[in-house]
Amino acid sequence: MYLTRWEPFSGTLPDVWQEMNRLQREVNRIFRDFGLDLFESAAWPRLSAGFPPLNIWEDDEALYVEAELPGMALEDIEIYVTRDNQLTIRGERKAPQVEKGTWHRRERMFGSFTRVITLPVEVDAEKVEATLHNGLLRIRLPKAESARARKIPVKAE
Amino acid sequence: MARELATKVPTSGVLMPERTRGGVAYTPLVDILETDEELRIYADMPGLDPEKIDIRFENGELTVHGRVDEADEQRDYLFREYGVGDYVRTFVVYEDVDPDKIHAEYRDGVLIVHLPKAAEAKPRRIPVKTG
Repeated sequence: MYLTRWEPFSGTLPDVWQEMNRLQREVNRIFRDFGLDLFESAAWPRLSAGFPPLNIWEDDEALYVEAELPGMALEDIEIYVTRDNQLTIRGERKAPQVEKGTWHRRERMFGSFTRVITLPVEVDAEKVEATLHNGLLRIRLPKAESARARKIPVKAE
Repeated sequence: MARELATKVPTSGVLMPERTRGGVAYTPLVDILETDEELRIYADMPGLDPEKIDIRFENGELTVHGRVDEADEQRDYLFREYGVGDYVRTFVVYEDVDPDKIHAEYRDGVLIVHLPKAAEAKPRRIPVKTG
């Protein structure tokens, strides 16, 4: 079987259209070389399901959840862990109060958000701790006794 | 809501000078306010040590650069929805600002840069006499 690339302006069209196709491919290639594929563009990030984006990691003792929440205070954030092992982070980012002026750019967004995730292991909800330092929220969730990794001693005979 | 509430975007690398340091750099999202007294830039740059924020004003260009400490790659990640890296962004400042009076503060992960206007550039109220 012979497969050929589908070209919108191919076939019996004059050479000028063939040239157009070639040019289009060339331009796309150049943009890709600069990392600017229009739909994969860095300027158009593929955002995750919710705000704030989270990084979660673990060690033997605990799960750690981290989020970037610049311009917020711990009082503006509510964190809950429910019995079914769901972690909820809720808050409101308020715009700064400023005097009269003209905004030339407004890229930062403000408003309320809620994010709910199901934790992969059971945690001890009583011992959850959260800190917010320089706009970085970190939540430490100690694993429940039943969820902790146990080192099994191996005896040599 | 979630779509608009991102705190940063990876820099495209097109408009920025080449970096000699490895890793990913991000373009912080900013708000820019102009008042009668100054231009003020609010940049979301969470997680920095204020000592590692470098602000330069040269030839009418303001560059902010925040360096992050090496990310801890030893961590056992379960999910990773955002990356950590330096923040870099350059602004061309057209207004006539007084370079000696530029100052900045870093609060709760937001960098605020104040660029006071040069005396000549401040609007003056022209009294209109009657009579």
